Amino acid sequence: MSESLDPRINRLKLGNAGEVIKVEEGENWQVYEVFHQEKRGAHHEHVGCVHAPDAQLALVFAKEQFGRRKKCVNLWVVRSADILAFDAEDEDMFANNIEKTYRDASGFKVMDKINKFKQAGKAAPQQ
Amino acid sequence: MTTSLNTDIAVTDLITKMADDELIIGHRNSEWTGLGPVMEEDIAFSSMAQDKIGHALALYTILHEQLQGADPDQFAFMREASAFKCCHLVELPIGDYDFSLMRHFLFDHAEAVRYRHLLQSSYTPLKQLSQKVKGELKYHTLHANAWLLQLCRAGADSHARMQAALDTCFPLACGIFEPAADEVEALLIAEAIYPGEEVLYNEWLDQIYPILAQAGLNLPDVAQVRPAYGGRGGQHTKWLVPMLNEMGAVFRLDPQASW
Repeated sequence: MSESLDPRINRLKLGNAGEVIKVEEGENWQVYEVFHQEKRGAHHEHVGCVHAPDAQLALVFAKEQFGRRKKCVNLWVVRSADILAFDAEDEDMFANNIEKTYRDASGFKVMDKINKFKQAGKAAPQQ
Repeated sequence: MTTSLNTDIAVTDLITKMADDELIIGHRNSEWTGLGPVMEEDIAFSSMAQDKIGHALALYTILHEQLQGADPDQFAFMREASAFKCCHLVELPIGDYDFSLMRHFLFDHAEAVRYRHLLQSSYTPLKQLSQKVKGELKYHTLHANAWLLQLCRAGADSHARMQAALDTCFPLACGIFEPAADEVEALLIAEAIYPGEEVLYNEWLDQIYPILAQAGLNLPDVAQVRPAYGGRGGQHTKWLVPMLNEMGAVFRLDPQASW
């Protein structure tokens, strides 16, 4: 069979069935999620992922992938394996959020009542 | 389906018990607002309190719209204590955090079992409500389980307090499953509205046992426990009347007011 043109596959000898595979130190690349901060004080936002042999190089690759064009003041990388999450089937725990307007300040329409109260106060004769 | 008068009476009884439990424990959980041991727990108990009171409102609305019941606010805030059908577990003050967490654990697993069965109820309004609250109850039990396990591995003193809380709460929690009169229970089962308190009780035990075992807690011998019955029939602890007075104080200032 012909060898792959991908140097990573050739280096890891992934294309040769039956041959013993030996992974050298630094060749076990992990997935790192990248979080981008547009301006100081803002939340870092998830923007994608990079593959890297360690966190230091993940930061280098993250800068090249996600920090070359738009405004950027900081980047984080986090190993994907360290990120914990709810299962997809747990979406139902959030299903009723939209209708719980009482959990938002904007859910309370009280300005009309407040203004009416103020007007009534102004109209009252001073004691 | 068209329900008979007897079925309406039986369903009204079932829904009133469920709604009263939710309203009263919702109020009790809300008493942790501003007092929780950490801010996140303050918010968590307040959030779950809102869910419970929302469930109570939904149930009272079914009574009002489907079963000729009173207006929900009137029913919640103007009824005498003796007309409430809540179990004793929900009536007790919040106590220390170990007590409130254990009550929350036992109560919310009971709710999860009950509503899981109501997902197949022949009574459509209850079936629909069960579908709607499913995700919330999943979170409530998730929260309770996480804290139970955390506190039971937090040293000997913490574990001992959780065991004491379990010993205190368990007979009270058994009162959730106080059966209705035999003919009422039989009718609800025959009509496939719900499977009866005995079935729910046994499934509840099966559900809480593995988590308690994982936490290293000993469940009291169920054969020896005397359940705290009476609430379903209007006999309540001394804690209910002052709580109802406090809860209803604003509403009773002017029951006809539009706020």
